[in-house]
Amino acid sequence: MALLEVKNLKIDFLTHDGTVHAVKDLSYTLEKGKTLAIVGESGSGKTQGAFALMGLLPKNGRASGSVMFDGKEILNLPTKELRSYRAERIGIIFQDPMTSLNPYLRISRQMTEVLELHRGMSHAAALAESVRMLEAVRIPDAKNRVHMYPHEFSGGMRQRVMIAMALLCSPELLIADEPTTALDVTVQAEIIDLLVDLQEDFNTAIILITHDLGIVAGTCEDTLVMFDGRVMEYRKTADIFDNPEHPYTQGLLAAVPRLDRKVERLSTVSYDFMAAKGEA
Amino acid sequence: MSAGEREPILRVRDLSVEFTIGSGGLFGGKKILRAVKGVSFDLYQGETLGIVGESGCGKSTLSRAIIRLLPATAGEAVWLGRDIQKMNSNELLDLRKDIQMIFQDPLASLNPRMTAGDIIAEPLKIHMPNIGKAERAVRVAEMMQKVGLLPSMINKYPHEFSGGQCQRIGIARALITNPKLIICDEAVSALDVSIRAQVVNLLMDLQKELGISLLFISHDIAVVRHIAQRIMVLYFGEVVEIGEAEQVTMDPHHDYTKRLIASVPVPDPKVEMERREERRRLRRAAAKAA
Repeated sequence: MALLEVKNLKIDFLTHDGTVHAVKDLSYTLEKGKTLAIVGESGSGKTQGAFALMGLLPKNGRASGSVMFDGKEILNLPTKELRSYRAERIGIIFQDPMTSLNPYLRISRQMTEVLELHRGMSHAAALAESVRMLEAVRIPDAKNRVHMYPHEFSGGMRQRVMIAMALLCSPELLIADEPTTALDVTVQAEIIDLLVDLQEDFNTAIILITHDLGIVAGTCEDTLVMFDGRVMEYRKTADIFDNPEHPYTQGLLAAVPRLDRKVERLSTVSYDFMAAKGEA
Repeated sequence: MSAGEREPILRVRDLSVEFTIGSGGLFGGKKILRAVKGVSFDLYQGETLGIVGESGCGKSTLSRAIIRLLPATAGEAVWLGRDIQKMNSNELLDLRKDIQMIFQDPLASLNPRMTAGDIIAEPLKIHMPNIGKAERAVRVAEMMQKVGLLPSMINKYPHEFSGGQCQRIGIARALITNPKLIICDEAVSALDVSIRAQVVNLLMDLQKELGISLLFISHDIAVVRHIAQRIMVLYFGEVVEIGEAEQVTMDPHHDYTKRLIASVPVPDPKVEMERREERRRLRRAAAKAA
């Protein structure tokens, strides 16, 4: 049985100007310990598609279709029931670590709280486990740093803290939403490499949501390309990069300047897709 | 150098910019932050020089010192033979007609209460006040077409445009005074991949057509390599490497440049697997050295 099976997911937003169809039809399957990249540009529905399965849609969002997690339907579950999935079985990392950490609380408090609440650990045991996890994400001097506040960490270190928190309860699935977009390139490489290492160590299934095809290339086994709320292409990552089938994917790949080869001109085929949708 | 014996239009020598930080209350001492440390380079007409570096490396501070939005604390920047630090207000006005800027956040760099037409026309009003209203409208419409905006959008406000269109308004505003140099400060960094490709193509086309120079500042060395003939790498306010784009990216000399290039993901699974191994090796070596 697959760990996660998303079928015909649809997400609508009710706004003053009418209904916005953010996700029109999204289906994919993720096996235990496997990795999937969901790639798309602004407005493709990549983020809302993942937030819906965690019950994280804004109030005006409506999701329909089916999301089976470990054999159970979790789409539109009441918050009370979803809570046992969040953090314990599904971890999530957001783009901006500063807005997802509480600036008033020490890291130790924010991390131990998770373990005390979800695992019923004693404070001392929870603290030891938190330090162990900070060490796993390669934060130097974790023993002392665990008592610091979020603002005392650099952006890259803060994202490591977020990853450590997301992995605290050893979730079976980790959703990473643009985890490195706000970071410098050298730090981004460290975080992505760290995620790959942790995935191997903990055997966590990962959904990596990103706009950056470069990151996807070396990271995930499968890739799903989204545009305008629909799946353009969903195959093995290597196949998509070797031989993209959909014109949008072809265009997107040729729109990225590359360090390893000189191209005379960037493709604007994917731009034409955006323009036709009225987003360029 | 490909530029041969020509005179550079911009000559920067040992330029430094310092900030005083942390007056730290009653007993707190003052600290000097040296944001740009002794930077030197030449820029030639029609050339694109890429400036690459990560947050805090001083790349934006450097560009602001060049147009004297910030005072330099040492060294000189010479524009067409005249020292920018010593310019009087008339000369400074001329300088800012010749050197225009495009900023990162397309929406934030446009006044929300002005229409696209007024935004694009504003530099004309300041720098070429003897141009009449009718002539100005003609030039604005021509410029809008040149950057791929419909002249019928002239009376719309920034929030009615998409991010890519806002950035094209910024480009039109920069081009309207016929500048000799445009400083692009992370000008395409906030754009979607597809839109970025279109704006990069537009900048390259316009540069070819108009023969202007570009200082293209970005954290993204792959984009810089695509658009620039030469690349300068900044690290903690210092130039660690400057050279032909091909040489800097294919055969970097400085350790930081090597690390930067190794960090940029290449959209090719096989290549990227090898590069991850290379990164792990570099990181282990750096850890050992530390």
